[in-house]
Amino acid sequence: MRGLASALIAAGILVGCSAPAARVAAGVPAAPARPGAPAAREARPADDRQILHALSRLTYGPRPGDLERVRAVGLQAWIDRQLNPQTIDDRATERALGDLATLRLSIPELLREYPRPDRKLLEKIQSGEMSRQELMERSPREKRPFRIAAEAQAAKIVRAVASERQLHEVMVDFWFNHFNVFAQKGDVRWFVGAYEYEAIRPHALGRFRDLVSATARHPAMLFYLDNWLSARPDFTVPVGPNRGRKAGLNENYARELMELHTLGVDGGYTQQDIIEVARAFTGWSIDRQAEGRFVFRRFMHDTGGKTVLGQRIPPGGGEEDGDRVIDILTRHPSTARFIATKLVRRFVADAPPPALVERVAAKYLSTGGDIKAMLRVIFASAEFTGEDAYRAKIKKPFEFVASAVRALGASVDAGGAFGLARASAEIGEPLYGAQPPTGHPDRAEAWVNAGALLARMNFALVLAGGGYPRVTVDLGALVAGADARSPETVLDRLLAALVAGQAGPDTRAALAAELASPQIRRLTPDDRGPANTDVAKLAALVLGSPEFQRR
Amino acid sequence: MNRRTFLKCGACSLVALAGPPRFLVRTAAAAEAKGKVLVAVFQRGAVDGLSMVLPHGDAGYAGVRPSIALKAPKRGESDRALDLDGFFALHPALAPLTPLWDNRSLAVIHACGSPDATRSHFDAQDYMETGTPGVKSTPDGWLARAVKGRPAKAAPFRAVALGPALPRTLQGNVGAIAMPSIDRFDVRAVADGNGAKRGFESLYAAGVRDLLYGTGRETFEAVKMLRGARAGSIPSANGAEYPRGPFGEAMRQIAQLIKANVGLEVAFADMQGWDTHVGQGAEQGQLALRLREFGGALAAFARDLGDRMADVVVLTMSEFGRTVAENGNRGTDHGHATAMLVLGGPVRGGRVYGRWPGLARPHLFEGRDLAVTTDFRALFTEVAARHLGVPAAPLFPGFTAAQPLGVMA
Repeated sequence: MRGLASALIAAGILVGCSAPAARVAAGVPAAPARPGAPAAREARPADDRQILHALSRLTYGPRPGDLERVRAVGLQAWIDRQLNPQTIDDRATERALGDLATLRLSIPELLREYPRPDRKLLEKIQSGEMSRQELMERSPREKRPFRIAAEAQAAKIVRAVASERQLHEVMVDFWFNHFNVFAQKGDVRWFVGAYEYEAIRPHALGRFRDLVSATARHPAMLFYLDNWLSARPDFTVPVGPNRGRKAGLNENYARELMELHTLGVDGGYTQQDIIEVARAFTGWSIDRQAEGRFVFRRFMHDTGGKTVLGQRIPPGGGEEDGDRVIDILTRHPSTARFIATKLVRRFVADAPPPALVERVAAKYLSTGGDIKAMLRVIFASAEFTGEDAYRAKIKKPFEFVASAVRALGASVDAGGAFGLARASAEIGEPLYGAQPPTGHPDRAEAWVNAGALLARMNFALVLAGGGYPRVTVDLGALVAGADARSPETVLDRLLAALVAGQAGPDTRAALAAELASPQIRRLTPDDRGPANTDVAKLAALVLGSPEFQRR
Repeated sequence: MNRRTFLKCGACSLVALAGPPRFLVRTAAAAEAKGKVLVAVFQRGAVDGLSMVLPHGDAGYAGVRPSIALKAPKRGESDRALDLDGFFALHPALAPLTPLWDNRSLAVIHACGSPDATRSHFDAQDYMETGTPGVKSTPDGWLARAVKGRPAKAAPFRAVALGPALPRTLQGNVGAIAMPSIDRFDVRAVADGNGAKRGFESLYAAGVRDLLYGTGRETFEAVKMLRGARAGSIPSANGAEYPRGPFGEAMRQIAQLIKANVGLEVAFADMQGWDTHVGQGAEQGQLALRLREFGGALAAFARDLGDRMADVVVLTMSEFGRTVAENGNRGTDHGHATAMLVLGGPVRGGRVYGRWPGLARPHLFEGRDLAVTTDFRALFTEVAARHLGVPAAPLFPGFTAAQPLGVMA
């Protein structure tokens, strides 16, 4: 594969052909909420438990004061606002991201500013003429390509912790994971940030078809699932050192498009469908060397007719063959069911209630894949608000890290976010680091194991102890007003702040027993107030408790 | 050491929390002590199988590698390849492995690899770790499926990867643990000693019986078990000396886990640095340095475990091999088949297995690479099924080995 790629580049085939811009507008969707959206179900006064539930599912966990804020505006109004993120002022978060230089650069700019290492220098390393250290030191630290993925990770942390558009951030994470690419695979390193910004973010609460179309055309996906090299079966390299070598069809993207992005593994397609879909996408490629953007290469395209899931695509087509496939797949009832299942799993329970899945799938079909409309069905459902769903989900590591920072009311700047991204990886979820196209799993069994639990506890200890540089934790504010001479009141204050006072009797008893330990008791005799390491340990215990692992 | 064990099967660990019948405890402990262990070692980056195990008897080898060919073995001369059977020879940097070849606990499988033609490291490693060439969306790894094929058991350390993250091959809900090192598998020590650890433990000690609490309890059992066994301070035995570097350290710690009798069944370690496109070297040089560390660690591991090797098998693998011909940078490019090693008491060693396809151009894969004559799944099936006693079918879905290689006794 690599051999072919370099042969094509050498032959000037994959270089420099300009493409019709297939890029999508960046940023948060600007479209207004659909007029005539179903009037908010005139909710009975939402009690605090329902607000806490919604906060735990639609956000990365409540911050101090969030409960009161939602109570003040009303739960339904708050959900409506979250569903329309363009109505929420989030300039403070954008300012906080200002230090991350790679964030706003296009792929061509990134390739210019963070060039691939010079091959001559790489050779010197291999032959021992130069050490890796020397190579590293040749380019200033802030100009090394690893910065791109690292800064994307940092931005993801900052947004999860600080953005007011919480549901939007949750959905960006959800869809990125659904259309996963792996930042460590070759050129994806340069493409990954732009992928989220250009292909995922604008459509996270939009239409499903737009997500499929934008990801299908994005260099990150084209590279990750190899479609950029896929050519009509009789294609041979016309010039260059590999002249005469057959290139041929690559089925990877076609298979995952149906299995993971749209129909689902049991969605009713055959191996022949995979081949037909792969043929339709031949020529969807990357202008790799110079610009790193989408290009349609007509000479690699299979112009024969195709039959996908029984539907004919006439011969003689070009780039639009792929669009036609996307139409067929995104209108299919299997896709509706598959997407509904994943959404319900994310927002309700690991085992999605089938009746709700059916209703959400029906909404998909009746609205043409309107994500917001599907979410409204979920949020208004008895399955969502019911007792069975309350704290039924285990936070995945990224959610755990973000929610702990939020619960403490801590603030993090772009620089401090790198350490938190590392923490997420240590607990099992490296950001942009899921190798397989399935992305990270969304079920408890995947995240609950001995090593990961220890990592969660250790993270809690370091975080509450103020051990993450540039993550500002003010425990004094968290327990303000508690009587320092009474550890019980400090504990009550912590439980109220971190788990909304809803610790089970066993957890409360275990923590109360800890209060008797001399370390905690050191609180009592002096008047220095509660803001000392002992509160930190108590806070860490709460963050490491079973209750805090759930949302 | 704390020998208390309990049945474990993921979410249903609550079954055991009421306390297993005593006979079960005894059986589990007995099985642990005599436990079979499979250690999978991944050479990431695609090792040059032709230099690791040189086919000096193949006339096609001469001439295609002007600057990086190894000199054929010659009795009485050092710094040459070490003859195995008159046709194949070990790279001289693998000299520490020759006693294991001589005592027939080391076997080589040559021209082994994947039926998938990809030359992408990423894809080929993925295929080899999941055991499903050509299929990227397989949710679990073959090593995890091997664990699943064994009787459910209480030991928390059934499947361990030495390293920061769980490799693809151990993913799949079998409770596999990734640990950067034995010492780091614990609650971080804070200024006041064990206070936090005890606190966390008590938080998970009570409460309802579910996945989270069950796992929490198991976690602290596991930590205690590891501390109780003093696994991290078990010294190397029999004068074994591991080479410096992360791979030697990983193998040393796997040996410690085995000797600590904590119920290890499968372990995983990997080693980087095999992607020798430029300046590969011959008897000396870049590849030789990697092989010295690799062979030295495997030999030290076998020596360290001594008699215990009767129950231990090490299987080495790499995503593909390298081009037969040297490239323009005194290196080799991504190829196809490579050589894999199997080491341990139950191995019928002292033999090179697999049909040799030959290096003459018409026999090469796509006219340039060593052809695959043994599907890696045939080798892995045989080693895992025979050694761990698991059914072969679920290990590699859709694959049936034609006939056994005979590499396992």
